[in-house]
Parts: sequence; structure tokens; C-alpha cells
Amino acid sequence: MTSPSLTVNGRTVPLDGVPAHTTALDWLRESGLVGAKEGCAEGECGACSVLVARPGTTTPTRWTALNACLVPVLALDGQEVVTAEGLGTPANLHPVQHEMAVRGGSQCGYCTPGFVCSMAAEFYRPDRVPIEAPGEPTPEHGPNGFDLHALSGNLCRCTGYRPIRDAAYALASPAADDALAGRQARPAPEAAPTDVPGFTRPADLPAALALLAEHPDAVVVAGSTDHGVEVNLRGLRAAQVVAIDRLPELRGVSVTDEVVEIGAAVTLSEVAARLDGAVPLLDLLLPQFASVLIRNGATLGGNLGTGSPIGDTAPGLLALDASLVLVSAAGEREVALADYFTGYRRSVRTAGELIRAVRIPQPQPGLVAFTKIAKRRFDDISSVAVAIGLDVVDGEVTRARIGLGGVAATPIRARATEEALVGARWPDVAAAADVLATEGTPLDDHRASAAYRRAMLRQALLKTAAEVPA
Amino acid sequence: MSALSERPLGAVVGASVPHEAAALHVTGQALYTDDLVGRTKGVLHAWPVQVLAAHARVTAVRTDAATAVPGVVRVLTAADVPGVNDAGVKHDEPLFPDEVMFFGHAVAWVLGETLEAARLGAVAVEVDVEELPALVTVRDAVAAESFQGGRPTLLRGPDVEEALAGSAHVFSGEFEFAGQEHFYLETHCALAQVDENGQVFVQSSTQHPTETQEIVAHVLGLASSEVTVQCLRMGGGFGGKEMQPHGLAAVAALGARLTGRPVRLRLNRAQDITMTGKRHGFLAQWRVGFDDDGRLTALDATLTSDGGWSLDLSEPVLARALCHIDNAYWIPAVRVNGRIAKTNKTSQTAFRGFGGPQGMLVIEDVLGRCAPALGFTAEELRRRNFYAPGQDTPYGQPVRHADRLATAWQQVLDSSDFHARTAGIEAFNAGSPHLKRGLAITPVKFGISFNFTAFNQGGALVHVYKDGSVLITHGGTEMGQGLHTKMLQVAATALGVPLSRVRLAPTRTDKVPNTSATAASSGADLNGGAVKNACEQILARLSQVAAEELHVPAADVRFVGGRVRGLDADGASLPWEDVVRLAYFSRVQLWAAGFYRTEGLHWDSAAMRGEPFKYFAYGVAAAEVEVDGFTGAYRVRRVDIVHDVGDSLSPLVDLGQVEGGFVQGVGWLTLEDLRWDERTGKITTSSASTYKLPSFSEMPEDFRVSLLDAAHEDGAVYGSKAVGEPPLMLAFSVREALRQAAAAFGPARVSVDLASPATPEAVFWAVEAARAAEGAHVRDGGSAPPQPDGPPIRPESERVLGQT
Repeated sequence: MTSPSLTVNGRTVPLDGVPAHTTALDWLRESGLVGAKEGCAEGECGACSVLVARPGTTTPTRWTALNACLVPVLALDGQEVVTAEGLGTPANLHPVQHEMAVRGGSQCGYCTPGFVCSMAAEFYRPDRVPIEAPGEPTPEHGPNGFDLHALSGNLCRCTGYRPIRDAAYALASPAADDALAGRQARPAPEAAPTDVPGFTRPADLPAALALLAEHPDAVVVAGSTDHGVEVNLRGLRAAQVVAIDRLPELRGVSVTDEVVEIGAAVTLSEVAARLDGAVPLLDLLLPQFASVLIRNGATLGGNLGTGSPIGDTAPGLLALDASLVLVSAAGEREVALADYFTGYRRSVRTAGELIRAVRIPQPQPGLVAFTKIAKRRFDDISSVAVAIGLDVVDGEVTRARIGLGGVAATPIRARATEEALVGARWPDVAAAADVLATEGTPLDDHRASAAYRRAMLRQALLKTAAEVPA
Repeated sequence: MSALSERPLGAVVGASVPHEAAALHVTGQALYTDDLVGRTKGVLHAWPVQVLAAHARVTAVRTDAATAVPGVVRVLTAADVPGVNDAGVKHDEPLFPDEVMFFGHAVAWVLGETLEAARLGAVAVEVDVEELPALVTVRDAVAAESFQGGRPTLLRGPDVEEALAGSAHVFSGEFEFAGQEHFYLETHCALAQVDENGQVFVQSSTQHPTETQEIVAHVLGLASSEVTVQCLRMGGGFGGKEMQPHGLAAVAALGARLTGRPVRLRLNRAQDITMTGKRHGFLAQWRVGFDDDGRLTALDATLTSDGGWSLDLSEPVLARALCHIDNAYWIPAVRVNGRIAKTNKTSQTAFRGFGGPQGMLVIEDVLGRCAPALGFTAEELRRRNFYAPGQDTPYGQPVRHADRLATAWQQVLDSSDFHARTAGIEAFNAGSPHLKRGLAITPVKFGISFNFTAFNQGGALVHVYKDGSVLITHGGTEMGQGLHTKMLQVAATALGVPLSRVRLAPTRTDKVPNTSATAASSGADLNGGAVKNACEQILARLSQVAAEELHVPAADVRFVGGRVRGLDADGASLPWEDVVRLAYFSRVQLWAAGFYRTEGLHWDSAAMRGEPFKYFAYGVAAAEVEVDGFTGAYRVRRVDIVHDVGDSLSPLVDLGQVEGGFVQGVGWLTLEDLRWDERTGKITTSSASTYKLPSFSEMPEDFRVSLLDAAHEDGAVYGSKAVGEPPLMLAFSVREALRQAAAAFGPARVSVDLASPATPEAVFWAVEAARAAEGAHVRDGGSAPPQPDGPPIRPESERVLGQT
């Protein structure tokens, strides 16, 4: 195994002796590349956004924006990174930088390098094409096809965003000789097996399982969107980190008539792209999950593995009757997601066991809905999440699955409500909505009051009934 | 037109130019204080020892275990302070306290070779405390009569009791509203060094370098001349870096002095939120009278601000709140009392608007709640009460240019197609059971100048070098507001040279001394006046040189576009560079220190009377929202703004201030939800994941901003007006639109009580109350609010204080 290194703005730099907990952001800044900033150290503000060459779905490589504050720099061993400094210079601005500068897209400038990187990732999106009929852009898409959600993980306190939107919508397509656009046509760097004190990226699943058998206390990391927060905000210094996000066995996506299987290490952005509409409930849910910057790193395995009571994918997958494939050195087993969680951030998964994949049985419910209650539409955590999957035959509900987040120590199924719904005439669900309001044990906290959470349980079903035809 | 406000032909001010550092911002090359660490050798890192109790007596601090941590170099405690152990100017903010006054108060600081070592060292410091009873909420403090500072009263006109007794309608109510976390993207940071001569050099993210210098000096027991403070730029300030940086800079400087090594102190986000002050939340209790035509007859109110643990800027913030409770409205009889609660919270401080927004929010809330009860639309009620030319404010200042209010109001009504859209919204709402829309229009009148008269002065230093290039520096700091861009434009205009001829050097206390805070929106007015003055001193000398060369009278020499000529534009002329070179060889001084003082201000803070403001800035906004009745979630569909910036110095910059201020105001009023655990005193929203500021999803979908035409201001540099703060208050339009949309779920003329911030949850409860037609929160009649008795704000209490 060669010693670790990272290619930044075209220059390859060794990572020898870097402590395992060092984030890409701290490492970049200590290397003199201070353009990326720390605004929050938990992946909420995007001031640390950088571009990473990742495998793409429509081109071999896709420039993918990530929060450098969350990723351990050792997780980027062998990878290619571009920062705001690498995109252009004051005398030779990148098109994104030019539009941001001339349109008043920066005021204090602190969030700007991060915005520039997130915007550049969308600038280079291979399937970004101008919208055919001018005058028809949705509020969140520019005439040039720019999807504003690409900037949902970047916060600006100065501008009010309008000039940044205008800069984004003014971008043309990359020039024919644009080197970074050209880079997308060549394969992305392989995931380099890494083995340094405290940080290991095994080459394949058997190696990973063997390592976990040896170090049952090791912290398993994929996109590090949760782990990075623990490291930065709560001083977690794990003795051993095992990176599994590029294990080929965890990166499959398949759709058959019987089952949809999604690898645990497929990022949420990739899930949306690779499923291509095969799971309609996820198409409702994923755009509301955190931000693009987070979805570019976060995985289903990670979201379920942390066992958070408010991880948004769990309610959705509960409504789809999903199960998890758990694998260890001893073999594989399948566990229904409804039986997976055992308590606050606890589950039936044993030490040494990994989530390999999520399985969604076919056919899926005919009527699906996802209601997320949060303070902010983009980039927020749910105070309550309600996922609904129903079969309605001739106006009668014949089968119901409801997953709830934020109302108990774990994500839960609203079983009493499901029972009350079966046999009900859609959309006359007032009685079932009253039952739903009694599910779980919602708490008062800084996100919402218990009374509001309860009210929102009821309202989620009423809203769905009002808005979704059978 | 005054000499100060008149623009020459070919002026560079008024041109739309990008921020002077835009190319550095977008390429990641603009440096902020913490970016300097990698360029400095041997830096030590500081980490606070925070005590997790809201109120406690410190009985022991043991540092032995900490100094044993590998990499820990020193622990700083109160015993190390050679000068005054105080971080403020009121001597009520011990830098190393022996009494913990809020949850997370730092009692010691650890210096380490690495940040990791300092962090681990801080964990190892043992602090023994004896917990004391704590007051967390403003109502707790009121009940315990825990107040601090002056208790001013603003009185005007006929006796309020009599005026209310004679009013056709009297209402009363209460309104408690939240403060706001600044959440500048760059947290507080200082980097301190001591040179071979003992000179202390602190680079600080500070809006007030002079005061940072003074606090560092008094903590270290040094004279001001022994301390230099520099601020390259800030990643946002918004008032949060007006007073709060001083103690942090002093800790870094103390560490540097004691160890002989550079010390970096940068707060992470959680430390910044838990340790530094915020916008004051207020409790307002009020009675108001109207006549049958909806005209205000009297206002009787008591405002209690939540000052937190120390006084900081709470007195001038309160004074400005009282001076803005009228907003745009003529109120014949006024009695407004103010007081500052002392609570076990962070010491609340300046934040864009500086109390003005809080005062104005009270009257806008009153009008929004009372309009249905009076049978007027909110638009009609507001317009009927506008100041007319010739009327004066409750503190006795004539409202100059009051007609601009009506002008801007009409412009927004027209440009937003207000009445037709109102009818359209009524039709939409009638046919939409679950989604309702609201459209509201609100005005802003905001006084410009520091209430404290002495702060209304500015300084600048302008160098012209032999090759004709120009370097300027001034007393103001750059935090994104575009001050440096404007100052470059002012200098180029005043000297008659192209913008590219002028460069700007960072703000430093050894270049321009005794500066005022870059605050109160006054940066361009004060420093622009000073830059212009310095340039004019130089031009007066160069005119003599050019006059001889051109054979014209010196008074007729003109400097235009980099050339120097007589009055005849087609006559003989010289390049600027030639005149500069000639001047040098003639031994003429090519640099000057400029100075500016705002004329015509006077203020009696004890009586709360005078003319504290040079002028008023006006603006009007109309906002349309759509509320989901199921959840209370909402979107801002469209916003139309007309705002008065005088004759704009830099339209792109001013537009950015208007839009950015507006969205920040929307954040305060709708989304940003500061929460304290009322039992422990802990801030439960101490991170970006729990404290939500506006993101792209809160940007108005359709955002139309224009600057008021024909808005020349005689009393400010090149006819411009200050712009930093006033637009924040245009956001009242969104709050009032939410109130109207919530009301649309209920019966006609229902009065809606809306919490602030109006989060989706708060809007949901307002919708539920409207459905139940619960209008009882506005009481007919009612009794007087509490009439606190206490000392007035003393002029000397302001002497050393700044205002935003």
C-alpha cells in the first residue's frame, strides 16, 4: 500500500502523518489554501464546500461538491479536489467567479468560495441543459437549467441571495476547452485502499468485515456527514475509523419486479439519479433531505446506521415495508426495518455487522406521500416527518403503512392509524387522523412544541387526503 | 445643494461597480483574521474554560492538570491580568470573572501549541463553583425587579391619561418578542503579537478597532499608543462585532504578552453563540388610543429589554427603541417608558437597527392588531397616520422630508399593483380552503446618526505618491457592506482621477486614530466626509501648482478624469501625474489627514429630547405570502420595495444592502428562533443545525427593489444617505402579510395575534386562533402598563459607548 496522498488543484500532496480525525477543511487551510472557510463545522452552511471528482451516472466523472469540514482528509486518499483557488484567479476568473463578482454575489465574501464551488458543480452537471420554452422556468430552475437546489446547503448572511441566484442563472455552458469539463469525460479516481494508524479503507467487503471482527469498536464511516459533526462539535476521537463508502459490494442499485435493492453506500444524490423514478416516495422525500452538499456524501446505510429518531429516510422506508440486509463475517441476514430499531440510537445490528443494502418490496403502494415539518424548506431537520404508503381500491383503503419520525425515541410505524385507515373511504380520513395524533410520544424542544408535533401528525394525513387523489 | 453634497461632473460616485474585493472573494484569496494564522510562525491557540451554569460563584480554579496536558503552554486566569480585569467600558464585564453570570461563561483560557492541545487542556482545568439562583427570562427578571442602567421616559404632548380618556377607541395588549443571533459567517477571531519594542499588534475581527485598542490597553495596563489594532475585513458584523471583540482580543494580547508568542483566539460556532451577545428581545406592554377616523391619539407603553448579564450597549439600544416607536406615524400624546432587565444570559448588544427595529415592531404590531377592530384595512390605517411635513417626533425633531414617505408609499402601491392584487387575493382566498394569501405594505422611517453626539466624527488619511497613485485609509471597517468600495469612489470623485488610480489600505489604529465604531449605518457618511476633506486639502495645494502652470486663477482649476485644467473644458490641460510631480518638486505636501464632524446635532439623553439625527432614511415594502393552513408553513411570493438612499454613492452596493437587510429582517421576524432552556439557562439553539437563518428557500420568489428617485440629501457626502440598517425594517411587511393570511382563515375582521418569530408553528397557532375567532388578545380599554421609576440615562453613561 502506497502512502496516502491527495491531488489538490492539480498538485499531488502527501498526507503522511496526518491524524485520523483531521478534516479536509483543516488540512486544506493548514496547507495554505484558506479559501474554504469554517462557518459551522457541521455541514450546515457550506462555507467549506469544495469539488471532488466522483464517479458520475451520466459521465465517468462528476465534479461533486462536498462539505470539507465533515470529511476526514484521509478519506480523500488518491482523490482529486478543486477549491475556489483552483477554479480561477483574480486576473483569470472562472465563469462562475465572474458572474458572482460582477452581479454583487459577494458582500463580506466569507461564504463566497463555498458558494462558488457548489455553483461550479452545478455549472458542470452534464445533464444541465437550457429549458426549452423560455419564460417557463420553475421558481427553482433557471432558464439555463440551473437547479437552485444545488445551492441549498450554502448560507449567506449578507446578500439575501437574489444576486447569487442571478449569477447562477446567467451561466452559459462550459466552454469547449474547459479543462474541468473535460475531466468529467475520463474515469474518476479509484478509491485507494488506505491503511494508516487510526484510519483504514479496506479494499473490499471481506476485508472490511474481517477488520470489523477484529475491531468491534471501530467507527464505520461512509460520507462522514454524521461522524464529522461528532468529531468537530463533540470532540470524538475514534481509535479506529473504517471507511466503507466505496466498497463495490455496497454500491449496487437494482430494480426487479420483486424488489428494489439499494446499496447502503450509494449516496442519496446517487440514489435519486440511479433509481430514476423507480421509488416515487423517495422522489418526494430525498429533495427535502438536508441539502445537496449533504446528500452528495450521505448514504442510506449511514442514515439508518446512526439510528437517529429523525433521520428522514427511515419513515419513508417504513412506509414502503423496507428491510435491511445485514452482513458480517458470519454471513448475511435480512431484517424488516420495522424490527430494526430498538431504542434511541440503538438497533439489532451487532458489532461487526454492516448494513449492506436496503430492500423495498414490489409492488410499492399505489398512493404515497411525504410530509416534512421543519422551520426551513431547504436544509433543515424535521421536527415531524410523516411518510404514507396506501393502496386504495375503488375508493377504499385496502392496505396502509405509515412511518413517523420525530415523535418517539426511534422512527416508528403508526400501527393504530394503519388499522384505522384500512377500510376507510379515501379521502374521508378524519377519524384515522385523530388516531394518528395519538401515536408516539412527541416532546417539547427547540424545534417544535409537543402540541404542534401532535397537531402536525393529524394534519399530515388530512393534508395528504386533501392534496393526493386516490 | 451644500458643498458637502454637490457632485462634480464625471463623478465616480453614483457608478455601479462591484465590491472592491469581489475578485478576491470569489477566488478565495481575500484574507480574514483567521486566514493569517498559517502566515505567522509559532502561533499558540486559545480555548475557553466555560462553566456550564447560569449563575454561580467560582470558588476555585485549578490548572495543574491542564498544564500537564501535552502541548499546553499556559492557562490564563484573573491573576495574570496586569491592568484592569474588565472587557467592557462600564466596568461590569470582568474578563476573568469570579462569578459566572451565564451558561457557558468563560472563566479562564488555555493556550496550546495546537488547538487540540488547548481544547484538551480546557477540559482538564478544574473549576469549583457554588451555584446561585438564576433569572433566565425577562418576566423572571421583572418579577424579581432585576434591572440595570437607566430607565428613560419619552414624553410628548398632552397628558396621556387625558388623551386616552378622550379617545373614541382605546386598546391595550402585550407583546413579547425574540432577539436575534448575528450569525456572521465568520466567528469572532483575534491574532495578537508583540514586537521587539513591546508594541502590541492585534488583528481583530472588529467593527470598532479604536475601542478594541482601548480595552486591550486597559487590560494590559498600557497606554493606547502601545497597542495597534488592525482589521483587514470581517466576514460579516451586523453590530455583533461592535463591542464583543474587545475582551477576546484582550485575552489574545494578554497571552501574547505573557508568552512572547503570537496567540490566536478564534471562537467556534458553538462558542460564539453561547458566549457573545445578540439582538435584545423585548417585552412591550401598551395602551393606544384612536379617534373615529383611525388616527392615533395617544400611546402609553413600557418597553422592557432583555439586556442579559451586563450593560454593554443596552442603554443606547433602549434609547433608540424609544426614539423609533413612532416609526412613520404622528402620535400627539406619548408616554413611553424603557427599562433593561438584568438576566443570566449573554450580554445583549448591537444588531443592525440597534433597538430601532424593536421600537418600530411594537407600533407595527399595534396597528396590525387594531386595524380589524377599527374597521380599516391595515394599509388604510397606516397611511392615515403618516407624518405630515411640519410635524415633529416625540423627542422634538422635525420630520424633514416627511413627504418622501407618501411618495414612496404611492410608488409601491403603483408598482406592486397593490389594490388589484389585493382584490385578486380576496378572490383566491375565497376559493381556497387550505392555502391563503396575504399582501401587506409597511413603511420605514429611521434616524441616521449616533444618538451620542461625540461619535459623529470621522477621520481619513490620503496619500498621493510622486507617480500620481493614491492610497487611502480611513477609520471605518469593511464587513461586507461595501464601505471601502464607496470610499474609493469618493476619493476618485474628490480628486478627479479614475477609480483605478486609487487603492485602499486596511483599517488600522496607527493610521487613523480615535475612530468611531463602524456602526449606526454611518460609515459612509462619516468616513466619506473625512476622505473628501483630505482630498480637498490636497487639491487646494495642487490647484496652486496647476494655476501657475496653466496660467489660470487657482479657484478656476478643475480636476476631471485624471486631467487638470481651467474652467474651459477645451482649454489647456495637464495630466494629473504631471501636476503631482510638479507639486513634489515644488515641495508641496502631497498627503493629508481628513476630518469630518456631523453638524447640527444635539441630544439630551436624560430628558430624551433634541435633534439626534442628521436626517431620516425612508422606505416602503409590500410583501405577499401564502400560508398552508394544514401546517402553518409559508412562502414569500413577491416583494416590492422602494427605498431612499439619497443619491446613491454606489448603486450595486446599496441594492445589496437593501436586499440583504430585508432578508435578514425576515429571518429575525419569521425564522430565527433563539431558545434558552428556562431551567438551566443554556442556549438550546447554539449551532447552525438548531438556529436556522434564511436560506435560498426564504428568498422572495419575485423580488423587485428600486431606489427612490429625486432623493438628494443635503447633509451628507455627495447627496447620499446611509443604508446599512434601515432596510432591515422593511421586513415588517412580511410579518404583517402573514398576519393577514392567517386572518383569512377566520371570519371577517378577526384580529390576529402573531408571535415573533412567526415560525411555521407560530403561524399555525395564529391560524387556529383565527379559525376560532379568538380576538381577545387586544383588549378594549385596559389599564396602564407598569410605570417604572428609575434613573434616566445619564449622558456620562454613554460617553464611552458606541451605537450601531
